Amino acid sequence: MPLQVTMKGINKAFGPVHVLEGVDFTISGGEIHALVGENGAGKSTLMKILSGVYSADAGTILVDGRPVSIRSTRDAEAAGIAIIHQELNLIPQLSVAENLFLGREPRRFGVLDGARMRAETARWLEKVDASHIEPTQEAGTLSIGQQQLVEIAKALSRNARVLIMDEPTAALSDREIDNLFRIMAELKERGVAIVYVSHRMEEIFKVCDKASVLRDGHFIGERRVADTSFDEIVKLMVGRELGERFPSRKVELGAVRLEVDDLADDKHIKGIHFEVHAGEVLGVAGLMGAGRSRILNTLFGVNRKTAGRIVLDGAPLENDRPSEAIAAGIAFVTEDRKSQGLVMGMSVRENATLVHLRKFAHAGIVDARAEAAAVKALIDELSIRTRDAELEVKSLSGGNQQKVVFAKWLAEPPKVLLLDEPTRGVDVGGKAEIYHIINKLAAAGTAIVMVSSELPEILAMSDRILVMHEGQQAAIFEAKHTSQEQILTAATGGN
Amino acid sequence: MTPREKAALQRIGPLLALLAVCLALSVASRDFLTVGNLFNVMRQVSINALIAFGMTLVILLGGIDLSVGSILALSSVLVAMLLKGGHDPARATLLGIAAGAFMGFLNGLVVAKGKVAPFIGTLGMVTMLRGFALVLSNGSPITGFSSDFFSVLGNGYVAGQIPVPVVWMLAMFALFWFTLRKTVFGRHVYATGGNAEAAKLSGVETDRIQILVYTISGAMAAMAGIILTSRLNSAQPTAGVGYELDAIAAVVLGGTSLSGGRGWISGTLIGALLIGVLNNGLNLLGVSSFYQQVIKGAVILLAVLLDRAGKK
Repeated sequence: MPLQVTMKGINKAFGPVHVLEGVDFTISGGEIHALVGENGAGKSTLMKILSGVYSADAGTILVDGRPVSIRSTRDAEAAGIAIIHQELNLIPQLSVAENLFLGREPRRFGVLDGARMRAETARWLEKVDASHIEPTQEAGTLSIGQQQLVEIAKALSRNARVLIMDEPTAALSDREIDNLFRIMAELKERGVAIVYVSHRMEEIFKVCDKASVLRDGHFIGERRVADTSFDEIVKLMVGRELGERFPSRKVELGAVRLEVDDLADDKHIKGIHFEVHAGEVLGVAGLMGAGRSRILNTLFGVNRKTAGRIVLDGAPLENDRPSEAIAAGIAFVTEDRKSQGLVMGMSVRENATLVHLRKFAHAGIVDARAEAAAVKALIDELSIRTRDAELEVKSLSGGNQQKVVFAKWLAEPPKVLLLDEPTRGVDVGGKAEIYHIINKLAAAGTAIVMVSSELPEILAMSDRILVMHEGQQAAIFEAKHTSQEQILTAATGGN
Repeated sequence: MTPREKAALQRIGPLLALLAVCLALSVASRDFLTVGNLFNVMRQVSINALIAFGMTLVILLGGIDLSVGSILALSSVLVAMLLKGGHDPARATLLGIAAGAFMGFLNGLVVAKGKVAPFIGTLGMVTMLRGFALVLSNGSPITGFSSDFFSVLGNGYVAGQIPVPVVWMLAMFALFWFTLRKTVFGRHVYATGGNAEAAKLSGVETDRIQILVYTISGAMAAMAGIILTSRLNSAQPTAGVGYELDAIAAVVLGGTSLSGGRGWISGTLIGALLIGVLNNGLNLLGVSSFYQQVIKGAVILLAVLLDRAGKK
């Protein structure tokens, strides 16, 4: 009888945010089981619970019908569950053998038994068809695909019977992918259960036996891959109705403000081509790593462009630095508030005026009164809820912090506004307020480029949607005449 | 306690410590609390304070400048050579400060453009600049300046009893206070130290800020060197060894965070005074200089531990 692992009624919340609610998930030995869902649906969290990185708030995990307590990665290892993370976890300076036996090195008379480590490593590498890798080789010198095989060997050497693979093909070449699939099939024959977390639909239909779908932290359903279709899975993944979550907007497009022509950087994006009119919101959709943020970074002078042309209000723009982009009238609400958007230890006031401080200064000396007045106006305009502009910005809620990020750019109306995941980590109420701000800016004639992983958001807020696939522009759709399914299909490389 | 009150209390902590030490010393020694002695202490403090002001900016950026002692020595030697060469003393002084600024500028380039960790980059300069000072002076002190003007810089008095170095110190304190509190540059220093990436993405020229701050630190070290040279009527190529540690101690005692982004120039002044008062008081009490080191070190540790406890 094959192994069976069941997760039942799993709940997990981070602070007030419920990431998983009553999720069920079952996997059996000898199957490859895809776990799919949009970004933020809870796939990674569920797998981190199964592998002991997080503990569930509620719910049970059964191995062959017996409840087990998994509170740490050590517990998971004892239960035979191993995870291979997207960012591989080998220590690059150590040898393959040292990595394989990390934390349980064999000893003889109290000293490392190197010969045994190397011999056993070679034996495990053989099991994943990787005898070409030397046990003594430094892990950092291996290719990503080879490192992955070492990770798999490492998991097997620890008696893993359940192998969780998180986006395993993201950084592999086609040949390495084929090799990986072959080894996965062999492991399956030997009764190993493999959880396959991936965005790539075509791969799921190629190698998986079953697929379980998560959406917004809920378990939506399980399908046998043989009995389902691409369309059905995508529908299960997105499936929600667009309600009143998005304020409506009257669109009056002006002249072209931003033209991007054949834009490329050294390796992440190429052939990007679009224009944005005054008052228009251009959504940019795509999977993680498809190059969406790269476009914004290149427009803002953070990422160097190697080809192409950027034209702003009819004048070509050469910007090597953010300060030059800002001087030209480009504003950039970055993806990560904490590390890129705000200086957390500074006050709301100091953050709000960081970009345009010179506007409130004469000969380099800040006019405190003018600054305070401008900050007060921004706080009112964006309804930033803070008791005092002198409070440290880190004491604010996520939504209000995000409004401070917007405030930074609004002391001087921007010509072009770049938004990278503008509502990430913001609650529903805060989101609606941010949508209002975006609409107001568009109405004032700003050209807006918005990257978002939330398809409903991008559909409702954009006029047109550019879809990225592996660094290239897959399509541009009119938001009115497209659907989540069509966008997802383009983003995953389908037709 | 509101966050604001807590911050105020944290800032007032070093001042309370200074007052407590002063109070204890006035009880323990009759000689401590006299106008003459207090000005004397402040004059002794001025050299460390000037270096520490520059160091405050560097540490606000999350950096460190280990080379201030060597910059002090090399600038001193240069000024002494200019004076000996018959140059106008005012010009020699300004050239000396400019030389220190240039050495700091090199530090800034190494750190900002070369992306070298400040600890390592300035450590290289420690040895290199000290070597130049020894080469130029042939390893021996340069003494005997005839200029009255130059002598006044370290030995003179304003209004009868305020030593000139104290006036320098207070003037620089006022300038730094104003710069950090009231100027765009000051705000950019805090922002760069608090989150360099966010600052850069907000259009702050973070490289330029870094280079400028190390330049200022170099100029301040040179200024301290000139006062020292004037006081001793002698420029010593071996002067200033270990001064960076006293300056860092003053900055940290004053509550400035070594991880950058948070700190106060007034704290640094108080920190420097605290170290100076301790030195002076322990001298007056006849404590051996060996024990003085033990006590000073212990006070610094205690202050920093208290500061950490207060933050929790």
